[in-house]
Amino acid sequence: MKFKLNLSSIFSQLLLLFFVILWITPTFGLLISSFRDKDQLAISGWWTSLINTEVSEIHRTKGKNEQSKENEVYFIRGNLFKEDKGKKILSFGVTSKNINAYIVGEKAVLKDKSEIVVFENGDYEWKSENEFKKKKGRRIFITAKSPPSFTLDNYKEVLFEAGLGQAFLNTIAVALPATLIPLIICSFFAYSLTWMNFFGRDILLATIIASLVVPLQMSLIPILTIYNDLGALFNIEAKSFPGIWMAHTGFGLASTTFLLWNFMKSLPNEMLEAAKVDGASHYDTFVRIVIPLSIPAFASIFILQFLWVWNDLLVGLVFLDKHPSEIILTAKLKELLGSYGENWEILTTGAFISMTVPLFIFFSLQRFFIRGLVAGSVKG
Amino acid sequence: MSFFSLISTVIVGVLFFIIYFGLSNFILDLVCKFKSNSVALENSVRVIIFIAPAFLVLFMFILYPVFETVRLSFYDKFGREFVGWNNYLWALNDPNFRRSILNNLGWLLIVPTLSTFFGLVIANLTDKIWWGTIAKSIIFMPMAISFVGAGVIWKFIYDYRGTGDQQIGLLNAIVVSLGMEPQAWLTISIWNNLFLMAIMIWIQTGLALVIFSAALRGIPNETLEAARIDGASEFRIFWSIIIPFLERTILVIWTIITILVLKVFDIIYAMTNGEWQTEVLANLMYDWMFRGGGDSGRGSVLAFCIMIGVIPILVWNLYRHRQEQKNEI
Repeated sequence: MKFKLNLSSIFSQLLLLFFVILWITPTFGLLISSFRDKDQLAISGWWTSLINTEVSEIHRTKGKNEQSKENEVYFIRGNLFKEDKGKKILSFGVTSKNINAYIVGEKAVLKDKSEIVVFENGDYEWKSENEFKKKKGRRIFITAKSPPSFTLDNYKEVLFEAGLGQAFLNTIAVALPATLIPLIICSFFAYSLTWMNFFGRDILLATIIASLVVPLQMSLIPILTIYNDLGALFNIEAKSFPGIWMAHTGFGLASTTFLLWNFMKSLPNEMLEAAKVDGASHYDTFVRIVIPLSIPAFASIFILQFLWVWNDLLVGLVFLDKHPSEIILTAKLKELLGSYGENWEILTTGAFISMTVPLFIFFSLQRFFIRGLVAGSVKG
Repeated sequence: MSFFSLISTVIVGVLFFIIYFGLSNFILDLVCKFKSNSVALENSVRVIIFIAPAFLVLFMFILYPVFETVRLSFYDKFGREFVGWNNYLWALNDPNFRRSILNNLGWLLIVPTLSTFFGLVIANLTDKIWWGTIAKSIIFMPMAISFVGAGVIWKFIYDYRGTGDQQIGLLNAIVVSLGMEPQAWLTISIWNNLFLMAIMIWIQTGLALVIFSAALRGIPNETLEAARIDGASEFRIFWSIIIPFLERTILVIWTIITILVLKVFDIIYAMTNGEWQTEVLANLMYDWMFRGGGDSGRGSVLAFCIMIGVIPILVWNLYRHRQEQKNEI
């Protein structure tokens, strides 16, 4: 019996380990790739970067302008590598048909009787009886062992040259108000739905619950029309930061209000009654009693809404311009995905930069995040 | 825009609302100090101050647009002329639309099911194992990542290089090492939908996991102990005690993910933009919103189709809310 239990425990552990590896590998691959040298990234899988790898590359020798003449023999000398990255050449070739034709240090004889030798560190010597005539050098195919090398170059390039730094700032400028504004106006709203009596309260509450599930696609076209009309009327930009703040406020309003309402209704009734007896107005009660008590709920909702806005693409695409001073991270990333197609060093690094803030929040405030999600799900 | 002007815009935007609430209540208090005869009036003015901003936003961004979108779906592309059912008839005959409906149905069937299933299984595993919390964090992590970011991560996994070249995409590298031909996964019709769904499942399993974990803690230990003493196997306990106990939670997670999947846009837009038969309603709608200057009629029809999908959930939520209100009284 005991043995059987252990067996099932080992099985559970292995199964869980399998899931964990399956779930972490994609992100891990992205992280590793973002630190890799871009030439290596393009030709070898990220998993090979953790060990010495064999890479095949094409290089070109110098042309006729670089030749020198010694004892009636013409030489072209140089190094195939533009910069020293510790690569060690194993073999080389002079035609694409046979790229491993010669081992390193061996003499390759070409059709025109010239001889070429490539050494381990990339140095080469090309020797000929006749003068070299071609302006362009010769293509040399090499197979080399390359040590693991990691660099921050990709981050430098992406942040300052590809324009992701500005997009990062723009996203902050969208996300902070688009999180704080709903929190402010919904906390008052939720308070009045919980603790104030007025005509139509139940209908308003039902409307909030119905709005929880209304897809934001239903709102896009009419709101865009309103913004365009307003823009034309007052001669201002239809796409602006305040515009997207309010759009996000609208789309986050129902869930924020619902979560806060859910929380506030669990606050002790006696405390609020006592405040009322003492002659406190609703505003005083709200500011002095309800807000301090609601801090944990605020934290959860702040995180949920902030992550939602930070990660949003659709609202950002519709309500902001695509030029550099307004574009948000996700839209920028999508743009890179389209235009840079195969430039993985830009994409992986860009994606990782866009993930830094959410991951930081996630790991430092996971407790509040989970609490918010669970609270939202148990009812909604 | 420079860093400082960005910051100041942000501060002004947020301060605006704080000042509104502070100032309006301050003025109300001041007025009431001089005319303290009407508490009822004071209260109703305060209600208006409290709910006005939220209500206006709710009205402008949700309520009005819902009706406006339905209206626009019967109008031409500029929203000027009434065209009756024409936009709907167009949709029915449009191959892209039909493809989207089929794909959305596929997403609806597969993604919530598998996410819930994996979430439930992993929640049970992590419950018993000492390093379960770490495992949970790792599997939950994709929830923090944007769909576009996840798109890049997975596009990298699905990357394709011709036969003979070194594969830099993990999936093709595995396939090649098993001796098979590499594939351009995202271009294989029908199947590519599954590869896109995998991304969503990868993200949403974490959500199901944490909610299930919280719910599992609610199962009374005595019940489980009693079952074990009676000699029930772990598998039997899972099916006969845990699953029935979590029935409600399963339903809730199912609806959350269903709503999310109905609106799925970012993944498709970033990965394939609807090509190779991966079109879905939300992407098609975005396309029509801006194609050739935009067609608000057709776009609205597509938005309305997404809305139809959530109506059963909406009605069910309202029904449950009413039951709860009744129970409280």
